[in-house]
Amino acid sequence: MTASLISVMFAAVISNNIVLSQYQGICPFLGVSKKISSSAGMGFAVIFVMAISSVFTWLVYNYILLPLEIDYLYTMAFILVIASLVQVTEMVVKRYSPTLYSALGVYLPLITTNCAILGTANSAVVYNSYNFVYTFAVSVATGVGFLFAILLLACVRLKTDRADIPKCFKGFPITLVTAAIMALAFAGFSGILA
Amino acid sequence: MDKRKIKETVIGGLIKNNPTFVLVLGTCPTIAMTTSLAQAFAMGIATTFVLIFSNLFISLLRNLIPDKVRIPCYIVIISTFVTIVDMVMQRYMPDLYSTMRAFIALIVVNCIILARAESYASCNKPLYSMLDGVSIGLGFTGALCLIGIVREFLAGGAFAGISIPGYPAMSGVGASAFGFIVFGCLMALFNFVIQKINERKDKMKAAVLPLSEGKVEPLKEVAEK
Repeated sequence: MTASLISVMFAAVISNNIVLSQYQGICPFLGVSKKISSSAGMGFAVIFVMAISSVFTWLVYNYILLPLEIDYLYTMAFILVIASLVQVTEMVVKRYSPTLYSALGVYLPLITTNCAILGTANSAVVYNSYNFVYTFAVSVATGVGFLFAILLLACVRLKTDRADIPKCFKGFPITLVTAAIMALAFAGFSGILA
Repeated sequence: MDKRKIKETVIGGLIKNNPTFVLVLGTCPTIAMTTSLAQAFAMGIATTFVLIFSNLFISLLRNLIPDKVRIPCYIVIISTFVTIVDMVMQRYMPDLYSTMRAFIALIVVNCIILARAESYASCNKPLYSMLDGVSIGLGFTGALCLIGIVREFLAGGAFAGISIPGYPAMSGVGASAFGFIVFGCLMALFNFVIQKINERKDKMKAAVLPLSEGKVEPLKEVAEK
């Protein structure tokens, strides 16, 4: 079990990266990657919210939705759980850890509409029906994968933003092409697992 | 209804505020669900449906929803329609549904829908809001179909599932990376066309109104001689 857990986590971080091979969470990936500091803030906030939301969505799905046989409402239930968790997290962090709040605070509200959070909860809890430990581990690993991807992109963007490129490629288009090259590199790692 | 406002809303959604190429919202389905034209079209129509009805209901309820809890209210309204789409697709299009399942559920967190709810439906009348939903939705569908056509052609040498003789499939183009590349290049093309149009407009303006913009000096001295 430990071996398969490790391989699942490795896949979640690298070869099956949430952004570059599953195409989830691309909006913040493109939007918040202009500076290294802000991309790190976003990445850590995503790990944080993903870990907590995986715990709560697993509990809600297995102890509320399934016994009541209303599991078809999972989308609505999960998004409400995530939205309220983000709100509560923001309040708690603001009250008890001002330093953490100043680092993550701006990014927390944006995370509600980050589809990586809902997508990971959906795939781990509903589509794959992992057990509790697996769900938590995969969610944390997915968050780490997001942090990894967004940090790397931010580093590359420092260069591409100053490079002399055609005007129509400035901004989002060149970022998308950069992301494509990164996706190719990440896909190469899938050979390790096979 | 005011004709000018209708025109502005429709043109705005299709070109000026095109959700994919100009606002760059909802990029996840734009890249994930465009490997073929059929998939792209289905995704676009599903999003348009949710957009129209969520805009309508949010606009109808805009005076009842308290400002502080508006986001959760919007999310409940949106997720209701997403659940409806999910169920209908599962029943009537099982083949397409099996490949699109993950992203149908993720329409809830598509930023286009929440952005239109927040910036348009919450402060406009129901009919205008529906119209805005239609035009933004069609702009999104159009962009998705365009990317879908290009990717299907490159990867399989086919158009809408029918293979074109003489165009061999390119291996690896169906892979994940090409979603990013095709989207990036099409966005650059869109920017290029808009840029050229604007340059031309500026030139026309400069030719028609040289004096009013103070670009040509008055000819007083010449007249005196």
